[in-house]
Amino acid sequence: MNGDRAGQSRDRQGAVSRLVVGRNVRKVDGVKLVTGGAAFTDDVHIPGMLHGKILPSPHAHARIRRIDTSKAKALAGVHAVLTYKDVPRVPHTTAGQAWPEPSPHDTYLLDSKVRFVGDRVAAVAAESRAIAERALKLIEVEYEILPAVLDMEQAMAAGAPVIHDEPDSTKIYDRQRNIAGYILREIGSVEQGFAEADHIFERQYRTQRQQHCPIEPHVTICWLDADARLVIRTSTQVPYHCRRQVAMILQIPVSRVHVVKPRIGGGFGGKQEMLLEDICGALALASRRPVKIEYTREEEFYMARSRHPQILRMKMGVKRDGTVVASQLTVLATTGAYGSHSTTVQGNTGSKVLPLYRAAHMRFECHVVYTNAPVAGAFRGYGCPQGFFAQETLVDEIACELGMDPMDFHRNNVIRLGDTDLLSAQLGEGKEGLPRLVRSCGLPQCMESAARAIGWTQKRKSLPNGHSHLRRGVGMACTMQGSGIAGVDWASAFLKMNEDGSFFLQVGASDVGAGADTVLSQIAAETLGVTLDKVIITSGDTDITPFDVGAYASSTTIISGGAVKKAAARVRSQVLELASKMLDAPVDQLDCANNEIFTTCACRKSVSMTDLAMQAMYKEKLQIMDGASHFNTDSPPPFCATFAEVEVDTETGQVRVVHLATAVDPGTAINPMQAEGQVEGAVAQGLGYALTEELLLDAAGRPVNPNFLDYKMFGAQDMPKLTTILVETDEPLGPYGAKSISEVPINGPAPAIANAIFHAVGVRIRKLPIRPEDVLRALHAERPANLEEELLTQ
Amino acid sequence: MKNMELHLTVNGESLNWTIAPGELLLDVLRRQGYFGVKRGCEKGECGACAVLLDGMPINSCLMFAAQAEGRQILTIEGVADGGKLDPMQEAFLDHGAVQCGFCTGGMVLSAKALLERRPDPTEEEVREMLAGHLCRCTGYRKPVEAVLAAASKKRNTARRMKPVAEVVR
Repeated sequence: MNGDRAGQSRDRQGAVSRLVVGRNVRKVDGVKLVTGGAAFTDDVHIPGMLHGKILPSPHAHARIRRIDTSKAKALAGVHAVLTYKDVPRVPHTTAGQAWPEPSPHDTYLLDSKVRFVGDRVAAVAAESRAIAERALKLIEVEYEILPAVLDMEQAMAAGAPVIHDEPDSTKIYDRQRNIAGYILREIGSVEQGFAEADHIFERQYRTQRQQHCPIEPHVTICWLDADARLVIRTSTQVPYHCRRQVAMILQIPVSRVHVVKPRIGGGFGGKQEMLLEDICGALALASRRPVKIEYTREEEFYMARSRHPQILRMKMGVKRDGTVVASQLTVLATTGAYGSHSTTVQGNTGSKVLPLYRAAHMRFECHVVYTNAPVAGAFRGYGCPQGFFAQETLVDEIACELGMDPMDFHRNNVIRLGDTDLLSAQLGEGKEGLPRLVRSCGLPQCMESAARAIGWTQKRKSLPNGHSHLRRGVGMACTMQGSGIAGVDWASAFLKMNEDGSFFLQVGASDVGAGADTVLSQIAAETLGVTLDKVIITSGDTDITPFDVGAYASSTTIISGGAVKKAAARVRSQVLELASKMLDAPVDQLDCANNEIFTTCACRKSVSMTDLAMQAMYKEKLQIMDGASHFNTDSPPPFCATFAEVEVDTETGQVRVVHLATAVDPGTAINPMQAEGQVEGAVAQGLGYALTEELLLDAAGRPVNPNFLDYKMFGAQDMPKLTTILVETDEPLGPYGAKSISEVPINGPAPAIANAIFHAVGVRIRKLPIRPEDVLRALHAERPANLEEELLTQ
Repeated sequence: MKNMELHLTVNGESLNWTIAPGELLLDVLRRQGYFGVKRGCEKGECGACAVLLDGMPINSCLMFAAQAEGRQILTIEGVADGGKLDPMQEAFLDHGAVQCGFCTGGMVLSAKALLERRPDPTEEEVREMLAGHLCRCTGYRKPVEAVLAAASKKRNTARRMKPVAEVVR
């Protein structure tokens, strides 16, 4: 491994002494999930609850000339009908980001203009879903249909229809040219770098509109409680941002809003949005009744969010020996009709992707344009899957051109321990960021272990392809991500002790199904020296739990976990202080484990947590409790190596992934079983991104395939053999050495598969998803002479 | 349209409900408080609303409630024996097969039905069964492992139990 210290090995002794962290414990919320407990947003009956429905725009771009709701209002069972005339006009973003949100404030609760098929025209609340649906049909709307622009390459052209011509939107980069955001950053001088290079490679790549497809669609229930405060029970990743945004949009004080996040049926970034809460709240206020809005599956596909489609131009300059000297990525992306997460997702496409290579010269330029298409937003990977598809496919091409094993190319060029990534310093969350120092790096071991799993060395040399039309190949990709947004993401936690020696843990962190409640409980239990059952967690309730930005940017384990560890350490000090009194021993000779505080000296005195709790409460009159806030000024990257073996049918173009090996460096895996689950889930979504998933629009901007039959996600039978490897390192900035894991593995499948296809049949596919027809077309256009001969001799 | 009476058994309990003729079984079950039956697509594509109808898995979004007249329904709420989890539920927890949990109920029910038919299923058979259940969280590897582990445990237990079972018979 080039003599470098490729990563810090885990402190084995430390690991052995840990009783809860690093263990495969069951999910703390698992029992209610396997028994069908009423745990999700919609699992409540509220007397008098109405059903809300949104009237979606049938046009991609139109002005509402006239809207008449009188017939809808007159329908028996209808309690509220809202149009833009009835609600406050507050420009905002639906992106659930820290204030001030870097996304353009270009969205309105309801507007007199609609900007995509599915945009809100009106909303109703009625006594049943059927009545609500009937009421929607009774709303008379006269549209002035405007020319629409759906092709992102046409959006900036002179004469293109202006999508945001309203004067009150803010933070739009150039509304006249439909540019939501623009980014240009450079370190060193790419001009100089390319001049120094012996070879320059430049290619264009395209990526598609992918949908999150949480099995639980977006759902929100709003009501006024006995104090007339607005309660919002909602499937969100960002309860606190949601509270702030809804209060602003509905023009009520934050203190009058109470957001409750129950169990969430998957988020993946799609619920890092304030999506239904504002309109549902408005309907509840208008009707003075509880109101539920639940997207149907079809609505979820085009009225929720998706991954930003991009066109990427990647250019790299290398020395003869394969050393990368300069890299440049130029991106055109579309955010659809509204700029949710527009500059931040695209900023990541540069800042988290280019620094994987140690080039001295890097340049990233990006235009994010509006189109009259469904809105893009946050999606697991957050701009990285697009960027890594381009970069890792180009790198493979360069290695092959130079006659190098792609593994060697990576070994020589990738970022390593002790390196500082300067591009991140220039590209923060919508502003200047902070430099990233690599304090832990298991990437070399990730590569070696995943390569072994796939049988790289042997299979790169020879695969038993013979003359068959089924040809095998192997490919690889290396990727990284962040762990929280440096200097922006922060979290807090609060702990209090109960009479039985258990602890209530309150965190604003939002478990959306990935297991945050379990991991945070493990961190608390480990720090307090109690067993996991002694920690009872409440998460994501703005009335009860302290602040947290929410579940995004791979931040929960490292940032919220950091807050929990800090709070638990403070509570532990209080416990030890009292124990010191009870045991007549100095604090520095005390330790706690397994629900007991004991002296570390030979005398072996001890007191149980329960006895100590009773002493605190009824003798000392002391509530043992404390809280803490936490943030980091750096975002330690988790690393990942993805290796794929594919089989390509040269007669049909069908690509079958035979085996996918993923090795990830997450720092310490607080719960290895859950960490593996994060990898495998990300890989499944990455496989769909690579091969099958795309939300298609027709020429009028209408969704073509908004259902699970026509939008193909990987099912249990479609999955290849998966190998999941955790390469643990010890991250100094993370609780117990943890970084993050949930996003990084989604980046690798697409480039690894594209590279394996090249290895198998010698064609480069630079567009996602890689459909059989694309492979077949490429095979006919680019079939290399030797392969042609081989096939002819059959 | 006139409401109608529905007589059925849910989780061993004999029930009489008043329903509207066009109502889906999914909607009626949820209205009656069986929230473990999930609404994921309403088109029979995702499997989150699966229940066992006389022991066979069906998507409750594709069936009129009226068609359940006189039938036995098992929902995920009826799988555990009081406070004691079913071995399939234990296996899902122990193998990390539950993430968000929204698809879990349907998977557990279908898996139980599979083991009734095929006590010793192959991985292929397990995957074929799970193909009716979309999961966006797990990548299916851990659910497959959980079902295979539960099957293996059930066979071992059955082997140990055999003499007793014979006596009872």
